[in-house]
Amino acid sequence: MSDKSSDPKKINCAKKMRDIMTTYYLDAMTAEQNNKQVAWITSGGPVEPLVAMDIIPIYPENHGAMIGASKMGEDLCIKAENMGYSSDLCSYARTDISIGGLPKPDMLICCNNICGTVLKWYEVQARYYNVPLFILDTPICHTRYSPEVAKYVRAQIDEYIIFLEKITKRKFDYDKMAQVGKLAYESQVLWQKVLNTTAHKPSPMSAFDAFFFLALIVTLRGTQIAVGFYKDLLAEMRQRIKDGISMVPNEKHRLLWDNLPIWYRLKWLSNKFSDHNACLVADTYTSAWCGAIKYTDKNNFLDSIAEAYTRIYLNIGVDQMANQVLDMIKFYDVNGFVMHSNRSCKPYSFGQMDIMRIVREKTDIPVLMIEADMVDPRNFSHSQVETRIDAFMEIIKQRSR
Amino acid sequence: MKEIKIFHNALKDVSALASKIKENQKKIIGYLCSYAPEELIYAAGFHPMRLFSSKSDIILAENHLQTYCCSLVRGILEDSLSGRLDFLDGTVFPHTCDSIQRLSDIWRMQGRYEFFADVILPAKLNTQSARTYMVDVLTRFKKDLEAAINREITDADLQKSIKKFNLIRSNLSKIYALQSKKPGIIKGADLYAIVKGSMIMDKDEVANLLPVIVNNLEKTDAPETKGKRIVLTGSICDSPDIYSVIETAGGIIVGDDLCTGQRWFEGLTLEDDAPLVAIAERYMGRMICPAKHSSPTARGENIVSLARKNKAAGVVFLLLKFCDPHAFDYPYLKEFLEKEGIKTLLIEIDDQQQNLGQLSTRFETFIHYI
Ligand code: SF4
Ligand code: SF4
Repeated sequence: MSDKSSDPKKINCAKKMRDIMTTYYLDAMTAEQNNKQVAWITSGGPVEPLVAMDIIPIYPENHGAMIGASKMGEDLCIKAENMGYSSDLCSYARTDISIGGLPKPDMLICCNNICGTVLKWYEVQARYYNVPLFILDTPICHTRYSPEVAKYVRAQIDEYIIFLEKITKRKFDYDKMAQVGKLAYESQVLWQKVLNTTAHKPSPMSAFDAFFFLALIVTLRGTQIAVGFYKDLLAEMRQRIKDGISMVPNEKHRLLWDNLPIWYRLKWLSNKFSDHNACLVADTYTSAWCGAIKYTDKNNFLDSIAEAYTRIYLNIGVDQMANQVLDMIKFYDVNGFVMHSNRSCKPYSFGQMDIMRIVREKTDIPVLMIEADMVDPRNFSHSQVETRIDAFMEIIKQRSR
Repeated sequence: MKEIKIFHNALKDVSALASKIKENQKKIIGYLCSYAPEELIYAAGFHPMRLFSSKSDIILAENHLQTYCCSLVRGILEDSLSGRLDFLDGTVFPHTCDSIQRLSDIWRMQGRYEFFADVILPAKLNTQSARTYMVDVLTRFKKDLEAAINREITDADLQKSIKKFNLIRSNLSKIYALQSKKPGIIKGADLYAIVKGSMIMDKDEVANLLPVIVNNLEKTDAPETKGKRIVLTGSICDSPDIYSVIETAGGIIVGDDLCTGQRWFEGLTLEDDAPLVAIAERYMGRMICPAKHSSPTARGENIVSLARKNKAAGVVFLLLKFCDPHAFDYPYLKEFLEKEGIKTLLIEIDDQQQNLGQLSTRFETFIHYI
């Protein structure tokens, strides 16, 4: 990644973010001593009511990403397989089920807007920890957000609050909720702005940086900390643009990435593309945490989150996903599209081939699909991926001549 | 029994079966999941038909679904793309697993058949709001069907349909109960043909045949077999060979928790309630599929009680490779069963191909050991 100390391209906010994340994990680890309750929540779940209730949210998926990045994925996946979990299951789930290591939850909050996997995964944890499980069921919007879905999800937001009141034995604080909602909204807007800065040529950061800076919008959404941080990050990006600092020194080619990162190969991939003077300027993954802000009403947060949380990127039809990809191709003005076909994540990966076809029909940019897995390196063939990237970059170079 | 023969024959050639159905002016609506509201489809005058993969080589579906998608989903897409399902007038996709959800998108974008509907049922089945939503979704589906046929579906239509399905379901339950009581009176392959046939054949024909079979079985004495009692669990089992292999190895299938078995037909729809509410109630109360939630331990308790009720010596897990919902449940179901002293065997199947030789050795070892 971009944080080698000798590197002039280094993003200063990276250290700040590490510190914030360390504090956050320390808080979580000591929650019990401080009489705070801990909720495990899925990455796409509505965390804001937890923040309003002063409950510490923990994201096993974020932990999964950290495990992947620190290359512990393989061992933990094998451990899960020895427990009887098939090697074909999502590697975030497999690592989480096998490692433990996170602060014990007092409750589990599972929102199935990202996949059906989380439903099963949280059932596993509900049995293991024997704690209450709340499921926010957000029916997939293949073609539309229907009135019956709106009614159903809205009703569940109230059920969610009742659930929290019951477990904490405290009244829900609607005023605090309104504040938290505003902060959540603000941080999402800021995050979108940060991501938008990469439309500049050359790009001040890359998707690899976005994968890293994503952690806060996931874990600390709804707090002043996140708002403050993304303000700083945005300012830094704007300054970099002013100073002409780009992440890839000789940015000639701009690429769009699809699906989760390949956590255990980030650095290698980053260097690989950089060596070809290519920058992954944007991705479909990190923008998922601000893609639905258009449905959020910051002054009427609770009413609007039903829609915002239901209509996120993974919970819509493949044709709508393709439209978003086409928009991104245009907005970031990319000349290549790299798709990670991720064995772990079926809702993200199935349909990719149709998106690829649509992109080929509607644009003239080359598309590359690489087979891998976000955490389990056993499904990654280094030499094959390298050859394919090289060949892909050759095509892009020829076209830009 | 000649009635059972009719089921076997029907399975031999699905397109021939489809043409016969179409001769009677019926349009065919295909579906892939046991949560498809068949009563509604039938009440609209359509023939609801469960789709199975013809297990042909995957060629065209390679352009749409990666190899790590389950063989059922890939196989059915292949059938559609290659024209083998051209007899369909439409399809219905209830909410199930992630793979079927994406298949629904791919299918819709292909637009091969006249009618298409997603029936996005709730994933959790244990709350009042989910119950209300379920009825809302069924109401919407009814409207979609009405738009397609250009007439209203009346309560009387629905009640007639519900009666028909109740008749089919209750007779299938009786056949299973008889097999459990007098193990071996019906061969596994016959059981398979009857259940699968009931999902695809003309409903009136099925409703006529099943009571005759029940009647005959009631009069049949239990055979002198000493097979070990086996319960199957998993998603689908679309291979009659597996049944015969189990029998040859010394087992007798006395019950199942399969999506193409008891999970599909158990439980009746109340006949005098408001029809859509009654259909919703049946889904809420039915033996649960792992893609749905009612409690973290619902399926574990269910499989234990099913195994106990049928005095199973062993439970065989037939799990389709790459099927996430079932794979997630396997470790705990196994643990629940073993705590009760019930032995388990895991067989990972690929709908596309089957190595029977290897399977039979594994079954023999297992059945010998239980
Ligand atoms: S990686 Fe995919 S399957 Fe796994 S938890 Fe995330 S969305 Fe679900
Ligand atoms: S077998 Fe499993 S993965 Fe395949 S369609 Fe059925 S539930 Fe989905």
